[in-house]
Amino acid sequence: MSLSAVVWLVLGAAYFVIPLVATFLFSLKSNQTGKCCTAANYGWVIHNGGFWHSVKISFLLALETIVISLLIFVPTIYWVHLKLPRLRPVIAFLALIPFVVPPIVMVVGLLQVFKSSPHWFYAQPWGFLSAAYVILAFPYMFFSLDAGFRAIDVHTLTEASQSLGARWTTTLVKVILPNIRSAALAASFLTLAIVMGEFTIANLSAFHTFPIFIQLVNETQGFPAAALTLLSFGITWAAMLALLVVGRKRGARSAVVAGAR
Amino acid sequence: MAYLELQELHRDFGTVKALNGIDIALGEGEFLSLLGPSGCGKTTALRLVAGFDRPDQGRIVVDGKDVTRVSPNRRDMGMVFQAYSLFPNMTARQNVEFGLKIRGRDKAERRKRVDDLLELVGLTHAADRYPHQLSGGMQQRVALARALAIEPRVLLLDEPLSALDAKVRVQLREEIRRIQLELGITTLYVTHDQEEALAISDHVAVMYGGVIEQMGTPAEMYTAPATPFVAEFIGTMNRLEAIVLDGVEGDVEHSGLRLRVDAARGRRNGERVLVLIRPESLELEAATNGAAPNSFTGEVLTQTFLGPVTRLKVSGSGTNLIADLSTARAAALPVGARVVAKIPSEGAKLISLPDDGPGLPVLDPDDQ
Repeated sequence: MSLSAVVWLVLGAAYFVIPLVATFLFSLKSNQTGKCCTAANYGWVIHNGGFWHSVKISFLLALETIVISLLIFVPTIYWVHLKLPRLRPVIAFLALIPFVVPPIVMVVGLLQVFKSSPHWFYAQPWGFLSAAYVILAFPYMFFSLDAGFRAIDVHTLTEASQSLGARWTTTLVKVILPNIRSAALAASFLTLAIVMGEFTIANLSAFHTFPIFIQLVNETQGFPAAALTLLSFGITWAAMLALLVVGRKRGARSAVVAGAR
Repeated sequence: MAYLELQELHRDFGTVKALNGIDIALGEGEFLSLLGPSGCGKTTALRLVAGFDRPDQGRIVVDGKDVTRVSPNRRDMGMVFQAYSLFPNMTARQNVEFGLKIRGRDKAERRKRVDDLLELVGLTHAADRYPHQLSGGMQQRVALARALAIEPRVLLLDEPLSALDAKVRVQLREEIRRIQLELGITTLYVTHDQEEALAISDHVAVMYGGVIEQMGTPAEMYTAPATPFVAEFIGTMNRLEAIVLDGVEGDVEHSGLRLRVDAARGRRNGERVLVLIRPESLELEAATNGAAPNSFTGEVLTQTFLGPVTRLKVSGSGTNLIADLSTARAAALPVGARVVAKIPSEGAKLISLPDDGPGLPVLDPDDQ
C-alpha cells in the first residue's frame, strides 16, 4: 500500500472515529461534577423509563411500518414486474416523491388529510404515524425490492410454479418471496433505521418516539445525551450487522443463479 | 381419437398475427415437435396449451375436455422451460417434490416418487444440491423430473436444450425421447433445431407466419416437403426454379438447361415449379469433354469438411449447387476443379410455384 493511500485511510478513519471517541469520552463525564470517568450516564439511560418507553414505541412502529410496507409493496411490485412492466417507471417516479417533498411539508399535508379520520387512527402512533412512515419508507422499499425482483426470472419462476399446480398466493409465498429475501431484508432494515431516527414528523404530530426522547435529553442533560447517542448508534449498527449476517449467505446464491442465466 | 387437439387457434398481438388458425391433433403417447424459425408462433402455441395465455379464437381439447379457459395450475400440464427454471431456494429433491406437495400427497409417496424420478433422469447423487450447484444439463434434467412428477396429461417442452452445449444437447434429447417412450406420455416439443425435431419426434409440424406449413413424420418432412418453405427449412436442399416443358416425358427447363425429372410427369406444360434435390442425391465427377445428359457443368467453389462427408459448393450455368460426397471421393475434386453434377431424374421432388407470384425466398445454401 502506498504512503498516500495510508494517509487517506488514516484521514478517513479519523473522520469517523474521532467524533465517536469524543462522544464516548464526553459520555463518561459525571453529570454532577463534569469530571471523568464514570459509567453513570449509561446507567441513567438504561434505568430511565422514558428511554425504554420511547425505544419500544419506535421499535414497534418500525415493525408495523415494515409489515405494512411489505404487505403492500411485495405483491404490488411482483404484479408490476409480471403483468404491468410499463407501470414500473411510473411507480419509480412516485417512489421518488418522499425524497423530494420535505418532511415538514409532508406532515402538514398529512395532518390536513387525516384530520377528519377516526380518533383511534389520528391520535395514535400506530395509526397516523405508521401511515406517514409507510410513505416515507416507500422509496427504500421500492428500490430494494425492485432490485430483488430484477435479479430473478419472475416470469419463468411463476409459470413453472403454476404449471405444477400452485396458486398465486402459494407461488408468491413459497417461490418468489424466498428468492427476494435479501432484498426484502435490506428494505426492512432501511425502514427500521429510518423509523428509529425520524424526528420531524413525530415531533410535529406530537408523538413521543425515540428521537424525540433523545432531543429532550439533549436539551436538558449534556453528558447522558452523549451516552444516549452512542446507544442509538449501537442499535443502528446492530440492525445493519443483522442484515449483513442474514443477507450474505442468501445473496451469494442469488448472484450465482442470476449469473448462470 | 386424438388426445390433444388444437382447433383453429388464433392469437394476435396488436397487428401481429402470432397464430393464424392452427389445427393439431395428437394421439395419446405421441411426440410432436413444433418446428420453425423465431417468431413463427410455435412458443405462442405451446403457451396457449399450457394456459399461460388465452387464444383469441379456437379451442384446446385434452382427452375430450375443453381446457381453453382452464387456469394453468388446474391443467395438469408438465412444462420444461427454455430458461433455467428451477426454484433457486430449493434443492433438486425439493424442486421435484414441489408439485406433489401442492397436490397434498403424503410424505412416503412423495419420497418414493421423487427417488424414482431422480433415478430416471440419472441424478440420484445430486438430489440435495441446489440449482446453482448443478450444470445446465443437470438443471434441465431436474426440470424434466419436476414436470413428470405430477404425472401430467401432456408434457410441454419449450426449447429445453437451447442453452446447452452441442454434446449435452444430443445426449439429453435422446434421454427425453427414452423417458417419453418409457412413460408413454403425450408430448409437445418446441424447437427451432430441425435436426433435434427429426431425431426424436413421431410427428413434426413446421410452422411459419403463424400457420402450420406441413405436418407429418420426420421421414415425410425430409423426403417430401410440401411447400417451398418446408423445403428451405428441413435439411439442406438444392432448389432449382424451372418451367415444365413436357409434362408427358417429365422435362423441365432451368437456366437454359433441359432436365428430365420423373416428378414432372403429369404436370401442365408451362407450369412454374421448384425442383428439389438433396445434396446427397447429386452425383459429382470430374468433367470430361462433351456434355452429359441431365447434368450441369461447373467449378468447385468451396469444400467444407463435415466429418463423414465433405460438402462441395459447385457453381456453373448460372446455378449454385450443394453436393455431399464421401470425404475420400471429395479429395479427388479440389477447389477449382471442373466437375459435372448429374441430376437424378428419380430422386428429385417437385413443388408448384404460383405462375405470377414471386419465386422462392432464396437462402444461400451455405446458411442452411
